[in-house]
Amino acid sequence: MEQAHTLFDKIWDRHIVVQQPDSPGLLYIDLHLVHEVTSPQAFEGLRRRGLRVRRPDLTVATMDHSTPTGQLELPLVDQLAERQIRQLETNCREFGIRLYDMQSPERGIVHVIGPELGLTQPGMTIVCGDSHTSTHGAFGALAFGIGTSEVEHVLATQCLLQNRPKTFQVNFQGRLRDGVTSKDMILALIAQIGIAGGTGHVIEYSGDAVRLLDMEARMTLCNMTIEAGARAGMVAPDDTTYEYLAGRPSAPQGAAWEVALRYWRSLPTDPGARFDRTLDLDVSGLEPMITYGTNPGMGIPITQPVPRPESMTEPSHKAALEKALRYMELQPGRPLLEHPIEVVFIGSCTNARISDLRQAAGVLRGRQVAPGTRLLVVPGSEAVRRQAEAEGLDRIFREAGGDWRYAGCSMCIAMNGDQLQPGEYAISTSNRNFEGRQGAGGRTFLASPLTAAASAIFGRITDPRTLL
Amino acid sequence: MQPFHTLTSHLILLPYQDVDTDQIIPARYLKVTDKAGLAEGLFASWRYQADGSPNPDFPFNSPEARIAQFLLTGDNFGCGSSREHAPWALQSWGIRAVISTSFADIFRNNALKNGLLPVQVSAQNLARLFHLVESHPGAQVTIDLPSQSVTIPGGTRIPFPIDPFNKTCLVEGLDQLGYLLRFEAEITAYEHSRRSFAGVAESS
Repeated sequence: MEQAHTLFDKIWDRHIVVQQPDSPGLLYIDLHLVHEVTSPQAFEGLRRRGLRVRRPDLTVATMDHSTPTGQLELPLVDQLAERQIRQLETNCREFGIRLYDMQSPERGIVHVIGPELGLTQPGMTIVCGDSHTSTHGAFGALAFGIGTSEVEHVLATQCLLQNRPKTFQVNFQGRLRDGVTSKDMILALIAQIGIAGGTGHVIEYSGDAVRLLDMEARMTLCNMTIEAGARAGMVAPDDTTYEYLAGRPSAPQGAAWEVALRYWRSLPTDPGARFDRTLDLDVSGLEPMITYGTNPGMGIPITQPVPRPESMTEPSHKAALEKALRYMELQPGRPLLEHPIEVVFIGSCTNARISDLRQAAGVLRGRQVAPGTRLLVVPGSEAVRRQAEAEGLDRIFREAGGDWRYAGCSMCIAMNGDQLQPGEYAISTSNRNFEGRQGAGGRTFLASPLTAAASAIFGRITDPRTLL
Repeated sequence: MQPFHTLTSHLILLPYQDVDTDQIIPARYLKVTDKAGLAEGLFASWRYQADGSPNPDFPFNSPEARIAQFLLTGDNFGCGSSREHAPWALQSWGIRAVISTSFADIFRNNALKNGLLPVQVSAQNLARLFHLVESHPGAQVTIDLPSQSVTIPGGTRIPFPIDPFNKTCLVEGLDQLGYLLRFEAEITAYEHSRRSFAGVAESS
């Protein structure tokens, strides 16, 4: 009998070009996504060495991090951002790379448009100079974030030097209750294993609870895998994956589709394949999750109180919790429910796809954002924006008193002017609650679109199940 | 890349765990198109007070920090985003090695690509180094990459691991892209063996 392999093993083994002893392997990259912030120094490196881009046909660029969400026209008020955007245009022109620029109807957050355009496909190796590249693993691809030196390596050689990571299976069993989403699943996982719990590993998500998720919910799950420290998150492809992909502009068509499908169907982990680590989690009792601290692992079920430092056995954990609670100005032992918030951000590569906006709009329909609370809704791509407008979701957000914007990373990373003021509290559907992440001095509670929308109505942290 | 052999220096003690790349260099400093001047943004939110004046309690504002080339810090250093601006900013300040019990994967990769040495020690040895700097802020240690050890005052040697490939690159100052480019023929052969790149990674 042939040896049983995991989904990860199958993709890794097919993409190793050279493996020498005592050296990292040369891993071939099928799709390289590029954005304005982490690429300029890489293109400059190519120029210095007189190198070209080896496979411009496997390279796709967009602008998302420093782009404004209030206008699509250049010039920008922020001259540094403007220069970075212009530099990407110049680099793509010079090296022959397809670019979705400010005027492009396909532009959006890199991890939203890859799947949308059908660029992201099962069995691929995908990289980008962005840690949330793990998102694309939802399709059964091996996708991970890289630094700018590695961006230059891939531009020049279409390969990366990589040591084989370990494998980690997370098996989600049971059925999610109403008001609980894949955002809550991933926040619960990170709270359990910690933000370094996945270091050195690629996680494969399996189990009934994952099979029941649609593609967008799977993307949310894989997106935040990096917040558990793992290199990548993956979900084996199935009919849900193929249905999502069929007919997308860059997906194979006709006979090529049939060939692709045969390959994709060979990818799921074989029965009996071994992982370096496994974990079983039952989601049937899961509640909406929310973070209270300054990293994504500091999360609790929304009905629970903020942990007490004295409950921590490890002195370094106690110190970390005390530091986080000082920054957040939160009382240990008190519930987060009813805590006031000034800003609600619905957006980011984690939760700004059409299903996320539908969920948020479902809560906000016919209701008003609380006085003194600012709601910012930023679609993940221009295609998501058009779809939402066609469905009238923009009207629901606007009539509720929210702000409806053009696509981009926006307040998730706060590079483009969308940011918190010092001391402000935000509930956010994004992925990081690090100190100052959403603006210097700002304080972030991470949660699902349902929880964020419910909280907007009261200007306080609210359990969305009370509104369903 | 600047080679790393043996270096003796002061340490800056940043006694926190899980220091993320948003703290190492906040996103507002990422709008550059080169690598120059990133030291200005290094730990900017911690180094400066709200009025823009230096925070006297922050370790990077101590007299030793100006000349220290080693950073000593808690578990899981460099978690979060993939920004290579984090090692660039540390190097721009003058840091040549970071000592911790563990590093986030992408940060470690980025550091190694730039000749910034991640020195991974046991929790017990980290505690010993923390104690050393807390009790003797002017203490110096020697990091010897060829023998993979940190020597502390008194002569005790603390070992650290590093894979043979990255060790060679760092000791010899080898550029990894140069190494990759040597495999041009193998990469071309691999590309020819592939039926398609449109999502079908099937060997023919």
